[in-house]
Amino acid sequence: MTMLKTLSRAALVAGLLSTTMITASYAATVPEGTKLAAEQTFRYRVLDAINSLDPQVVEDVDSANVVNNLFEGLFSEDAAGNPVPGVAESFSVNADNSVYTFKLRDAKWSNGEPVTAQDFVFGWRRAVDPALASPYAYFVGLAGIKNADDIVAGKLKPEDLGVKAIDDKTLEVTLSGSVPYFVKTLAHATLFPAPQKVVEQFGKDWTKVENIVGNGAYKLTENNPGERVVIERNPGYWDDAKTVINRVEFLTINDENQGLTRYLAGEVDQTDVPAGQFPKLKGEYPEEAFSVPNLCTYYFSINVTDSAPDALKDAKVREALYLAVDRDVIVNNILQGGQQPAYTFTPPATAGFKAPDAPAAAMTQAERDEKAKALLAEAGITAENPLSFEYIYNTSDAHKKIATVVAQMYKEKLGVEMTIRDMEFATLLDTRHQKNYAVARNAWCGDYNEASTFLSLMDSKSSQNDSGYNNADVDKLLADSKVSTDPNPLYTQIEEKILADVPIVPIYFYTKVFMQKPAVKGWPYNNVEQIWYAKDFYKVAE
Amino acid sequence: MIRFILRRLAIAIPTLLALIVVSFILMKVAPGNPFTGEKTLPKEVMANIMARYGLDKPEWQQLLDYISNIVLHFDFGPSFKYKDRSVTEIIAQGFPVTFTYGMWTFVVSTVLGVFVGVLAAVRQNSWVDYLSLGITIGAQVVPVYVVAPLLVLIFTLWLGWLPGGGWNGGHWSNVILPVVALSFSLVASVARIMRSSMLEVLGSNYIRTARAKGIPGYKIILRHALRPALLPVVTYLAPMLVYVITGSVIIDMYFSTGGIGSAFVNSALNRDYSTAMGITILYGTLTIAGNLLVDLIYAWIDPKIRL
Repeated sequence: MTMLKTLSRAALVAGLLSTTMITASYAATVPEGTKLAAEQTFRYRVLDAINSLDPQVVEDVDSANVVNNLFEGLFSEDAAGNPVPGVAESFSVNADNSVYTFKLRDAKWSNGEPVTAQDFVFGWRRAVDPALASPYAYFVGLAGIKNADDIVAGKLKPEDLGVKAIDDKTLEVTLSGSVPYFVKTLAHATLFPAPQKVVEQFGKDWTKVENIVGNGAYKLTENNPGERVVIERNPGYWDDAKTVINRVEFLTINDENQGLTRYLAGEVDQTDVPAGQFPKLKGEYPEEAFSVPNLCTYYFSINVTDSAPDALKDAKVREALYLAVDRDVIVNNILQGGQQPAYTFTPPATAGFKAPDAPAAAMTQAERDEKAKALLAEAGITAENPLSFEYIYNTSDAHKKIATVVAQMYKEKLGVEMTIRDMEFATLLDTRHQKNYAVARNAWCGDYNEASTFLSLMDSKSSQNDSGYNNADVDKLLADSKVSTDPNPLYTQIEEKILADVPIVPIYFYTKVFMQKPAVKGWPYNNVEQIWYAKDFYKVAE
Repeated sequence: MIRFILRRLAIAIPTLLALIVVSFILMKVAPGNPFTGEKTLPKEVMANIMARYGLDKPEWQQLLDYISNIVLHFDFGPSFKYKDRSVTEIIAQGFPVTFTYGMWTFVVSTVLGVFVGVLAAVRQNSWVDYLSLGITIGAQVVPVYVVAPLLVLIFTLWLGWLPGGGWNGGHWSNVILPVVALSFSLVASVARIMRSSMLEVLGSNYIRTARAKGIPGYKIILRHALRPALLPVVTYLAPMLVYVITGSVIIDMYFSTGGIGSAFVNSALNRDYSTAMGITILYGTLTIAGNLLVDLIYAWIDPKIRL
């Protein structure tokens, strides 16, 4: 038996409603009486050259921002990060939440051909095809689509993927089980459709300006890697009538300070704030400087495997290290970008997630320091039997400042000697992965707006589990959460286990700090993943 | 002469091969691979990627495949980082940009440097000499990464005359600041070399003879002194030419030109082996060509040198 669901937020949360819906899509909503700017061009600074425009291949955030405007999946995200319909018009799901059936709207590719269910089947098979070797191939398995992991591993063929086109406008997706966050993954580029004929005709060159065909609100008109990528309004887009921004320029500016100068000169509409400059800019340009929560956590990984120093295998020692970090000093004096101190792993801004009350969060730093000393004494760390270990991080001014200040805190408060060593990013990743370290800098950003994107790192089998943390209870809770109708209480329990075992020392939750021209309206400030679509913006006359 | 050129070209081949082998080994020795990111990929995904790019083969075979693809197909392989593009495309897109601002820089630095150098030498110990000496020493010690943002601050933010970055198909307004920033210290270097070599020539016997014969000053300088005095400058110009047309990372970084300099450094940091190798080979070839060119110019300027 299947039940129809509306695509509203309430329905996604509550589950099962039986009304057919009229799609409430998300678009630029210009209040009446607004005087729009004559030139509707949005200029956005990106850090580096855009790597790829292929939805199934793209991996970095800036490139994904371009792809999100050139293509459209079954769902997009609204300003708060909730799924809103894209190509999907409605969907239904079977009783055990394992088969989803999507009805597609009348949408067109930029060459005028209709977007069909087959295009999704082609795109998704492509994503897991070992021949394409997409770095995000794992995402399809993460979304729970049946057989994805086995296809990636070469045990099954791409045709065995749990997705099929019932007809041109009906797509059926079979999951390997209930996946509570499945619909949220559909706004991710990996699960966008791909234009089969174009991809097959041009091969790797299909994303070139002269060849590319998309189904998003914009079309690619210029691509000069390292300089700029330009996209312009696609009049064939199904919701084009509501689009206001005509042109988006993604300007590569490697240096943040240079980005700021060019922002102030009016050459870009939005740029990141260089580290440490937020308070000053907020003072000078209160209407233009923004600090919004981001779905990322900065933390230290502690090696808890056999290759670690013996002392670190003791949870008491790890907890002492966790307590003695004065996070307020780090966020207020070093970073100064509105970041929040972190005592747990998953950012509290994550949709639906409730962080446990970490006892340390309620203490003063003096109390935390006292407790840390007591714990070290219990663990037998004394002046005669001192603790020393090495902390590694990737070369960067900000990381260095944090490393230095934490080393100082450990030394002064606990008498612990933490030597610090920087290395290239690629080397750090390798060293961490090989577990050839004691304590290492780490950071994680969510792939989708749900706590499991963080907590799955604590699975003993996870390839991202740099600490080598192995707790059977955590593994079980993670497994249970996958089939639970409301996994969030389980996520809270996992956080509690992490608090007890301390395989990591959360330091702070990232914020995105940026400057944005007051003329730009419609930016999704409350979307913690900062996923944006230029079709939702408009510029007012100044 | 032709034999000389042929001999030099013949030596270039083993030189380039050695360059390829050494860079290949250095890159393989560095830890990490092009596909390690903050998110460690599941091993199945990583295995597929390694297979796709041939990185699962033994290293000696990768090297042989690489060299044979270049020799047989002139194919430098796909970029590991910029996945929609091949290394040849990256070079084809970035090199013309770099070449454009590089050649302008070369022309500006040479002409201006020689002019200032000659002027300072001719008016030795006058205010002209002291002023140019002061300015050139100053310009030489200020690095590009200070000059570049300073220029943007002045001409983009304060005066609003020129764009602070971008290339715009090589529009003149986008070319000026990169050329000025890059020329800054080069003009100074050329001027200083020119000045001292000019002074040496002006003090030599044949110039004294020419003066004694009553030849006008400007003629002595243009006809008799300039050519020999240029020799040391030419020695400096060849590496300078290679330096400016292979691009400056700093210029690419600050002015977002899309040139090849930043692609080179990024490829090394990202372990984008194929791109780094491709650009290394390009740089190597240009260096060899530059050196050959300087030898030829030497022979042309100084008839005493026989090839």
